[in-house]
Amino acid sequence: MGWYVGRRLLQAIPVFLGATFLLYLMVFLMPGDPVAGLCGDRGCAPAVASALRSQYHLDQPFLVQYLLYVKGLLTGDFGTAYSGRAISEVIATAYPVTVKLALLALAIEAVFGIVAGLIAGLRRGGVFDGTVLVVSLLVIAVPTFVMGFVAQFVIGVKLAWLPTTVGGNQTFTALLMPAFVLAGVSLAYVLRLTRTAVAENASADYVRTATAKGLTRRRVVVVHILRNSLIPVITFIGADLGVLMGGAIVTEGIFAVPGVGNTLYQAILKGEGPTVVSLVTILVIVFIITNLLVDVLYALLDPRIRYV
Amino acid sequence: MNIRRISPFAALLAAGALALAGCQGSDGGSEQSTESGTQSGAAEEPAPSGGVVIANITEPQNPLIPTTTNEVQGGKLVDLLFAGLVYYDADGAAINEVAESIDTEDAQTYTITLQEGWTFSDGSPVTAQCFTDAWSYGANANNAQLNSYFFESIVGYDELQEAVDTGEVDEDGEPILDPVAEPDAKLSGLTVVDDTHFTVTLKQPESDFPLRVGYSAFYPLPLTAFDDIKAFGQNPVGNGPYMFSGPDAWVHEVSVDLVPNPDYKGGRVPQNEGVLFKMYDSPDSAWADLLSGQLDITDLVPDQYLTTFEADLGDRAVNQPAAIFQSFTIPERLAHFDGEEGNLRRKALSHAINREEITDVIFQGTRTPASDFTSPVIDGWSDTLEGADVLAYDEALAKDLWAQADAISPWDGTFKIAYNSDGPHQSWVDAVCNSIKNTLGIEAEGDPYPSFGEMRTAITDRVIETAFRSGWQADYPSLFNFLGPLYGTGAGSNDGDYSSAEVDDLLSQGLNESNVDAAVAAWQQVQAVLLEDLPAIPLWYQNGLGATSEAVGVVPYGWNSVPLYYLASK
Repeated sequence: MGWYVGRRLLQAIPVFLGATFLLYLMVFLMPGDPVAGLCGDRGCAPAVASALRSQYHLDQPFLVQYLLYVKGLLTGDFGTAYSGRAISEVIATAYPVTVKLALLALAIEAVFGIVAGLIAGLRRGGVFDGTVLVVSLLVIAVPTFVMGFVAQFVIGVKLAWLPTTVGGNQTFTALLMPAFVLAGVSLAYVLRLTRTAVAENASADYVRTATAKGLTRRRVVVVHILRNSLIPVITFIGADLGVLMGGAIVTEGIFAVPGVGNTLYQAILKGEGPTVVSLVTILVIVFIITNLLVDVLYALLDPRIRYV
Repeated sequence: MNIRRISPFAALLAAGALALAGCQGSDGGSEQSTESGTQSGAAEEPAPSGGVVIANITEPQNPLIPTTTNEVQGGKLVDLLFAGLVYYDADGAAINEVAESIDTEDAQTYTITLQEGWTFSDGSPVTAQCFTDAWSYGANANNAQLNSYFFESIVGYDELQEAVDTGEVDEDGEPILDPVAEPDAKLSGLTVVDDTHFTVTLKQPESDFPLRVGYSAFYPLPLTAFDDIKAFGQNPVGNGPYMFSGPDAWVHEVSVDLVPNPDYKGGRVPQNEGVLFKMYDSPDSAWADLLSGQLDITDLVPDQYLTTFEADLGDRAVNQPAAIFQSFTIPERLAHFDGEEGNLRRKALSHAINREEITDVIFQGTRTPASDFTSPVIDGWSDTLEGADVLAYDEALAKDLWAQADAISPWDGTFKIAYNSDGPHQSWVDAVCNSIKNTLGIEAEGDPYPSFGEMRTAITDRVIETAFRSGWQADYPSLFNFLGPLYGTGAGSNDGDYSSAEVDDLLSQGLNESNVDAAVAAWQQVQAVLLEDLPAIPLWYQNGLGATSEAVGVVPYGWNSVPLYYLASK
């Protein structure tokens, strides 16, 4: 197992380098001149534009720009954003918020999705099952921003149960509504995955054997049915953490969450290469690590899987 | 700046203007009585009280250095943190702030006298050198300041911007230039006489220079700022009505906390105990916070509320013209559009457009029909200029004028208006064309270009063979700023190649006046000529939008469509 984890971590290095290279190339190839954008429509004075280009290495060829960036990375310097802030500082403020929001959303989708899915799967065809299926279908069909606006208006503005936006108030209560909205679609998928897997396993031979052995219903459900049903669910949830962190742009916009999604979006609009690449690279690392975690979890759930 | 800024974004970011100042006093009583109601309606986090006004903003794009802050959001902060020679009141008039007087005899050399006793919030005095060094810093190409072009009329600017072409080009084909000036070189047109006096020499007479110095590029900087300008940009020390509440006032992507500056001595006296700017990237989230009482002032109105927000909020809704003028230009070189025939056709087209209906239906009232070539927020604007009736919708007159032109040379073909389809222009261009088509009975249609850049290239290369949309957003509140760059012979943005000796004479007569009022009179005469010649056909002014909470009531907007935060109280 140790060897396996070590090897996977070593594999992360070329993935990291390749990802930063590709990302840098993509930002570099984006149409439009970032300096022209800085000056608005009147345009910079030519000497000013040229000075700005050299300040941000924009006058260098692509490879030199990239190597300067990687050189900075190795010395812990992520570069400077056009607003004059160090990018490391941008990352340090944006990531904690997003991590909090994503973990909260992940907890919501895991707990509610698995519990509801389990109940629905065990009582297939029942009233609960039917209701849950219809509701989850609705959640999947309705776009996130619609759910966000409706929740914000009803719960935040009309009923005033929860704060309408997050901003600087990054408490559990303030993050609860955005986390539910963010988790919505994934929750529906987790629920449906769990339900299907549970329903399938519930009629499997080994479950009948376990029941025939005289095990309690509780033990049969938790240890035999649920444990086996969680494998596809864990895969989904693991991959979802990265999606929740990087794909929260819409939710972060609606609830004014100062997280990665928003920061990334603004940086893309400004053509701010180093900021985009740094933020996305960290997302890539998150993906690598969660995937590793998921693979390790497989072994715990299914003793037949062994890593050498 | 030119028409690129007139995008839907600008429409939302910019906001209205005309003076609501008059309403402020009379509404004071009712604001007070509604205050408690709003606060109890807030969500479980209690709305901050104690007279701190909460306003919307987005993360400033540049460090908070006045000479490099060129967008609206950073401008909101810089304008409150610094005080310049003059400030603009709600009518767009320039009022002395740090300046005791700005004197000139020839409109070319200005002697500026500063008031005694001004200090920055760190205690250092505001001297003449604080102004001249800051301006020189802004003008010196080595410092790559985005507002450097504001100093272009001062003697010595060209030397500071001079650069040698290294002969190389970068990846985008842009030439790589090396600034010639020393990094600490100063503008030679600025001379410090003593601590409270300095003189400014311009390259040519420009009587509206005193109107310009209220713009943020002209703010003073404490002399210590230049020691570490990078740190200063993150934690500026100014002489304005407000200052940072402390070293952590600016929480990036979240908020900026300003408190009144006790040392401030100017006319923009804070009526509140501070302004807390909260950052919102979407108009909708700001709107939700406004409705739930967690935000007092927003200059963003979500699209879906445009039709209803004025009815819902009453006088707390802001929807008033901004310093943005929109028109379309018909170059003289087009067939049927020169000489007497062209003039008749331009007038006929102008009379054929139902501006009222289009601004109501297409823009849901977020544009105001134009009555001149400038903007109502500019000091000196008038809606009763001689000849302004050419902008009135008059079907019969339009037909008559068109028929007179046809008598000179019969019309053939289709009248087209070019626009860029990457902006929100199709609907109004189609509406204008339909209005023309229905009134004059000719074919008229829009001519879309895929992007703004491509349209501009066709216009500047003079290969465009149709009329095209045009417009202007002012950098500072002066009539000249709307007229000189657009209609002077050979001027930078005179895309229709309009040329009139009378206009040129009046423009330069205005620039040479040593008295601003006399200059305004000359520029109003320019407009009378323009209304006769119609080098561009005025359509409407873009409006600034916004709304305020019950707790603060009505807040006046400045000429540049930014709320006058210091006048808000709760």
